[in-house]
Amino acid sequence: MVLVSDTEMIYLDHASMMPLDQRVLEFAKEYLVNPGNPSSEHSAGLATRKAIEEAREKVADMINAQNSKSIIFTGSATEANNLAIRGVALRNIKKGKEVVASAIEHISVLNAMKDLQKNGFQFSIIPVDSDGIVDIEALKGILKKGTSVTSIMHANNEIGTIEPIREISEVVHEKESYLHVDATALAGRIPIDVQADNIDLLTLSSNDFYGPQGAGALYVKPGVKIQPVMLGGGQERGLRSGTENLFAIAGMGEAAKIAKSEMENESGRLRNLRDQLIEEILTIDNTHLTGHRTQRLPHHASFRFGGIEGESIQLNMNMFDISVSTGSACSSMTLEPSHVLLAIGLSHEEAHGSMVLTLGRSNTIEQIPRIVQAVKDTTRRLRELSLL
Amino acid sequence: MAAVGYSEKVLEHFIKPRNVGTIENPDGYGKVGNPVCGDQMEIYIKVEGDRIKDIKFRTFGCGSAIATSSMVTELAKGKHLDEAIKITRSDVASELDGLPPRKMHCSNLAADALHEAIRDYRRKRGEDVKDDTPAKHGSCGNHCH
Repeated sequence: MVLVSDTEMIYLDHASMMPLDQRVLEFAKEYLVNPGNPSSEHSAGLATRKAIEEAREKVADMINAQNSKSIIFTGSATEANNLAIRGVALRNIKKGKEVVASAIEHISVLNAMKDLQKNGFQFSIIPVDSDGIVDIEALKGILKKGTSVTSIMHANNEIGTIEPIREISEVVHEKESYLHVDATALAGRIPIDVQADNIDLLTLSSNDFYGPQGAGALYVKPGVKIQPVMLGGGQERGLRSGTENLFAIAGMGEAAKIAKSEMENESGRLRNLRDQLIEEILTIDNTHLTGHRTQRLPHHASFRFGGIEGESIQLNMNMFDISVSTGSACSSMTLEPSHVLLAIGLSHEEAHGSMVLTLGRSNTIEQIPRIVQAVKDTTRRLRELSLL
Repeated sequence: MAAVGYSEKVLEHFIKPRNVGTIENPDGYGKVGNPVCGDQMEIYIKVEGDRIKDIKFRTFGCGSAIATSSMVTELAKGKHLDEAIKITRSDVASELDGLPPRKMHCSNLAADALHEAIRDYRRKRGEDVKDDTPAKHGSCGNHCH
């Protein structure tokens, strides 16, 4: 049931899922229909093997990796995170039995580290400030010579905050820990340089820069010792077995190439839309931006509204044919409020009123007035209903 | 474009909720839930001749919370108190053509708030009232799971 049905849908939930770029589809679709196992020696296999290596080059190029061999393709960013954390911590168990993550990491990082406790690892969490920036002093205090892997995300998908990775990298390497950076939310929006930032492990998600779902990648700096999580026939230099998802990998490569070439213009365009949305939405009473105002992803505008709840905000916006996201407990599988919002110091009650907008290529300046009006109408209506 | 998991009836009560508001000098008042949990609701009743003459609600909560509050006021309005006290959590959910499993807890709140308002009315008249709700306020666990 939609209140407004004669207008097109406005999609503002790119952080959850992105559409496949038409150009990527055109490029990669042949790999959906033409078979050829890259491990086979016939021409079909040789052709697909070449396609995979070309994709590997494009992904390496997007992050300024020196050698494309450092890229391992996985089935998702979650898988890449698991490989980074389990694969490195367990392989280097003699180096140390401590793992460290920021309080706002993706749940796949936190759960992978929690699980290592079964192997006798100690798991420590670094707090963040009210903008979501990692507390560097706390990080220095927690790191020790035995810290095996430290995981700090490049930027956070719920609050948009970009972390000072270069500074963090210096601190982490001073204590000789490996640095893992989950770049899922930031890749394709802001340039990444794994060499300049001295990053040991970096996670990427294909769909997060308009590539096909079903592919992710882990960059592993040459010299970092790692063991596989997925065992089998030995694909990806033995580090991720399983017959390659040709369409997804070829598509991921092409999407990376397109993202790199269009990044500056597109991020500039989206930054402008984002800033207008933030300015106008903040005029609504008892409305607050979550995450850092300036050290922020260019396409990301996240808020919390006092006195109303996020799932009903999402549902109400859906009635206006606008897709948004929320960090509210009621909308999650576990009925727990977002760990990210709690980590930045919001109370449970405050954390319930969250709305996250993430912009993409389909969003235009002409959509802004309709979006803002829908947010105003939604908050007004839900506040009339509310007892708070 | 229906929201996944919600029936047409739930969406209808969400978009056009019935009996929203407050009553000045209500005959009975019930408040249940907790903003910490993400769900809190209040119900006001006006009673005449032991019937619910008027009923109003306000809710802080998700789509289900709003829809179930609206539905419970619709079910209770005009009923005799002895009938209204018998309205259960599953009555509310089934009148809405069901709720997704993980949203069933929201229907608990609506029925509990109504019963609390009725008990409040009876207590004010000096009647001896047994409170057999699992929980009025307080921990999220009781009304949610």
